Amino acid sequence: MLEVQNLSMRFGGLLAVDQVSVDVQEHEIVSIIGPNGAGKTTVFNCISGFYKPTGGKILFRGQEIQGKPDYKISRLGMVRTFQHVRLFGKMTVVENLLVAQHRHLNTNLIAGLLKTPDYREREKKSLERARYWLERVGLIDMANWEAGNLAYGQQRRLEIARCMVTEPQLLMLDEPAAGLNPAETKELDQLIVSLKEDYNVSVLLIEHDMSLVMGISDRINVINQGRPLASGTPDEIRQNDDVIKAYLGEA
Amino acid sequence: MAAQNFKHALFCAVITLVISYPILGLNLVAEGTSVGLEGATTGTVINVFLAAVAVFLFQLFRDNIMGIFGKVPNLNPLPKRGPVSQERRMLMERVFFVAIILFALLWPFIVSRGAVDLATLVLIYIMLALGLNVVVGLAGLLDLGYVAFYAVGAYTFALLSQYFGVSFWLALPIGALLAALFGFVLGFPVLRLRGDYLAIVTLGFGEIIRILLNNWTSLTGGPNGIGGIPDPTLFGMEFGRRVKEEGNVSFHETFGIAYSGEHKVIFLYLIALVLAIFTLLVIRRFMRMPVGRAWEALREDEIAARSLGLSRTAVKLSAFTIGAFFAGFAGTVFASKQGFISPESFVFLESAIILAIVVLGGMGSQVGVILAAIAVTILPELAREFSEYRMLIFGAAMVLMMVWRPQGLLPMRRIQIELKEQG
Repeated sequence: MLEVQNLSMRFGGLLAVDQVSVDVQEHEIVSIIGPNGAGKTTVFNCISGFYKPTGGKILFRGQEIQGKPDYKISRLGMVRTFQHVRLFGKMTVVENLLVAQHRHLNTNLIAGLLKTPDYREREKKSLERARYWLERVGLIDMANWEAGNLAYGQQRRLEIARCMVTEPQLLMLDEPAAGLNPAETKELDQLIVSLKEDYNVSVLLIEHDMSLVMGISDRINVINQGRPLASGTPDEIRQNDDVIKAYLGEA
Repeated sequence: MAAQNFKHALFCAVITLVISYPILGLNLVAEGTSVGLEGATTGTVINVFLAAVAVFLFQLFRDNIMGIFGKVPNLNPLPKRGPVSQERRMLMERVFFVAIILFALLWPFIVSRGAVDLATLVLIYIMLALGLNVVVGLAGLLDLGYVAFYAVGAYTFALLSQYFGVSFWLALPIGALLAALFGFVLGFPVLRLRGDYLAIVTLGFGEIIRILLNNWTSLTGGPNGIGGIPDPTLFGMEFGRRVKEEGNVSFHETFGIAYSGEHKVIFLYLIALVLAIFTLLVIRRFMRMPVGRAWEALREDEIAARSLGLSRTAVKLSAFTIGAFFAGFAGTVFASKQGFISPESFVFLESAIILAIVVLGGMGSQVGVILAAIAVTILPELAREFSEYRMLIFGAAMVLMMVWRPQGLLPMRRIQIELKEQG
């Protein structure tokens, strides 16, 4: 479904990502792990179109997407979350979900001004979808709160819900468990698995929480200093000497 | 603490002296062809020193004085009230709008001609402020050259009527659309800019338009402006004493009433009122539509908005275009009201005043912006005697507002959305 081939990203003299390849199949959770500064988020930024990669190819369903503008890539069905939660803080929780569904709404200004039946129908549907996802992530009681006033864990969940209302095929999560307590991490764990199982969404995950990564990933890619270090199933990664060295240092 | 306060107060007093003594205490006197310097009267010098002492005392006891000020908001009963429920607030807002509109409809028939004229000006500012509110308050794009679109609307009507004899009613949509086009065109180069950079570019754009109008003498008449802009007609009825255009009839003859200069003023006022209400309702609707939410999303977090598939280009351009459209409306009405326009009417100060209205009213809040537009337009008129100090009062009002209510008179409230339980 997603295929990243020999991706390179150079910032001036710094080669942040060097020949990294990742692929995600349908119905799969793939993780990218690596020490801080390894270039994981840079890979994400290239895939989601925030950076234009200096080398390599990114294919989504066979279509080359490297260098496309970010909003077009997300319209193809790949949406991402951010390492630091990025919500529309002054808007309410529902509004956050409605903004994300602008594509499903008739964006024709005149139709909206006149409130045509078609427009009303679409708006009703998007409200319905927002309500469904708020219930799913347990935020229905805060629907009309300003998103900035939610607790951190709730903000994380809202960000994922906001991605899901766009009905993506591939969800890219950048350190979703950062700043969560163990109970919240466990909930998140279940949520991600359920996204894959119940909503048939593939997930590309960056995470530091090893128990989360090892528990839910189908495959793992390890990056170190911008270079691919290893890839394989969680068990293979656990026993890989290079990975152990990179994480624990030379013994 | 006390020593530090004393030092600070002394410093402030000295600065006051240094600044005000040369300005007030020394006078320039013409002596034949040269200019001489002369000390001012003893009274002025004493006043300058008194002012310095006042500054010193205020700074010395600033904490105590501000402490007293700090208690003032507690007298305000509003904060102690519980939050108003959504339905009640909507109802109150609706009642407020209906009352205002009824009052506005009756207004021209109960007051003098001057007051109606002033009210027309207020309505023009309301249109401008509501339009700018889209760009600044909702989309978060700081636009310091908004007056350019106002000028485009006004000059479109003036030029069309001068060269092609186009009437008000035809010029109104043309002016608005042309202003919208200018907004669209300005939108392109500033797509990548935000914050300070955007403000500078829009400021420059406003100046370009004004300087262009000032210097393109062959077309716009330059600083002399354009006069003889026709008044609007009502279904071919003119409001002048004599009919100016072939085929038109005059209003007072048609209805068999005596001619009165007030008819025209009232008619113009009513047009402005209808257009202001139109502006209000259209933008109100936009705010509840996907495009309005997209504007706000862009203001809140551009990167997140883009990651969700919102095109920055489309969202920014739509905000600029729609904001400019309503400025064009206001400009056409303004040209018709004045009958004469020149680049003098479209200086940067106008942009600053409109922006001040939006900020004072509360970014994004329509009721607040309307109240602020009324206050900012009417107060200088009421305080005519102090007209030299107008900008001083204006500045002081801004500072006080920022201290007491930095969020504006009536900050924007979120719309609560009822989610139906699945049943």
